[in-house]
Amino acid sequence: MGQATLQIVKISGHAGPVPGAGVERAEQVCKLVDTTTCIGCKACEVACLEWNGYTFSETVFDNSYQTMPETAWNYWNLIKFNEHEREDGSVTLLMRKDQCMHCAEPGCLAACPADGAIVQYSNGIVDFQQANCIGCGYCVSGCPFNIPKFNSGTKKMFKCTLCSDRVGEGLEPACIKSCPTGCLHFGTKDDMKDLAETRAKQLRENFGLEKAGVYDPPGVGGTGVIYVLHDVTNPEAYGGLPKDPHIPWVVRFWKGPAKWIGNLGMLFGVVGVTMHYLRFGPKQVDGQKDGDGGQP
Amino acid sequence: MSTSQVISSTRAGHKDGGRILRYTLHERVHHWLAALTYIYCLITGLAFWSPYMFWLAELVGGGPTARFWHPWFGVGFTISMLWMYKMWRGDMQTTAADLAWKKAIAHYIRNEDEYLPPIGRFNYGQKLFFWLMLYGVILLVLSGFGLWFVESIPWSMRWVRYLAVTVHVASAMATIGAFIIHVYMGTAMVRGGFTSIIRGEVSTAWARTHHRLWYEQVTRQNSAEK
Repeated sequence: MGQATLQIVKISGHAGPVPGAGVERAEQVCKLVDTTTCIGCKACEVACLEWNGYTFSETVFDNSYQTMPETAWNYWNLIKFNEHEREDGSVTLLMRKDQCMHCAEPGCLAACPADGAIVQYSNGIVDFQQANCIGCGYCVSGCPFNIPKFNSGTKKMFKCTLCSDRVGEGLEPACIKSCPTGCLHFGTKDDMKDLAETRAKQLRENFGLEKAGVYDPPGVGGTGVIYVLHDVTNPEAYGGLPKDPHIPWVVRFWKGPAKWIGNLGMLFGVVGVTMHYLRFGPKQVDGQKDGDGGQP
Repeated sequence: MSTSQVISSTRAGHKDGGRILRYTLHERVHHWLAALTYIYCLITGLAFWSPYMFWLAELVGGGPTARFWHPWFGVGFTISMLWMYKMWRGDMQTTAADLAWKKAIAHYIRNEDEYLPPIGRFNYGQKLFFWLMLYGVILLVLSGFGLWFVESIPWSMRWVRYLAVTVHVASAMATIGAFIIHVYMGTAMVRGGFTSIIRGEVSTAWARTHHRLWYEQVTRQNSAEK
């Protein structure tokens, strides 16, 4: 992988400075998913498996077109199918390609205790490094999108890499390449935002979808995957896309103030007992002035 | 301390010459099972706690190995603590003597032991430590299962994941505080304590000084036996 393309700006569980911290690149990469033109063909699911070398998993039939209830360690890209009743009573099928959102402020990376198991490249891709992963599952608690999944065989966590290997070589992600309707786009964050806003405007003005808009949640600093939704005020309807995702406050407290409170507490304990010994010393046993009273 | 009239060398309290059996082999084994499993969990737990202590995982074979064994040692610690509960439950009940001792605890801290009321086999501080570790391990093991099988907690119940993290961290910190004091007192502050939990015996002078009521009880039982 090209060093310049995949320079690391954030490292999980890392003591001390990060070599690439503060590096700014003009090109933050971004996937744009236009849910209004998705036909639910699942070509992206197949392309993802093919590129990443996984065989097709057993499907779970749940009275829906959906392949399985949620993404799996070896199934990173899943179209979520949701029946949705419009205000006029008619029913529509909402389809959303679910995968890692590649947050600018990744909750998985914040929660991870293993040095270098999760990194964020300067192009915005959040990538798991399985060689450094200890399989603790903290990222599961840190993620606001329910994405990291555990492989119980290898005891490692997996998720969508945004095809960092392809992107590093100047290619678009496999899912993008496979999309037959052009509902998937890949490019710089600025370009994708621009394209998404243009499409949302078109939907609002020409298709009567007054609530159409772009999903790029600010709670996680924006994401490397953005959606055009028919109704941006109700993202939950698209298979539980959170309205205002953010790193859980428990995780932020745990990895922030709690760390310092705990560390100071432990330091206080060790210093405290040492000071006690220096001030008061050991207890004396009656009749034995030497202080090692109990030695049999 | 059992009030049974039968005193044998396998029972705490047996008095032989200038020495008294304070901890039976059975008690010592369980203390050290708990100690070693706790210390393993402590080292690996601290490694997961802070990036600045992640190197501790290297001491026990690296991050993945530490992560694999941490919960199993935790289960081992839980079992040894429950066994300890079965073993010491009676000894660890607070008595009237403990309450009097507790009022004078400042003298104990300042090593002014001459002002302390006499106490039985365990003092109030030891009992407090026992109950803190027992309730601590119950919270640790319950929240630990939440962290161990985090994916088994459905997404809709994810508050349980967050609760598990909070409880695990808070109860671990409480036990670490108690553990620091316990190790300090058992090794540096109360000389003879460390030997007693290894070899089981203390001198009569030690017993008279630190646990006078227990000493008197043992002496009484011993003379009754003769």
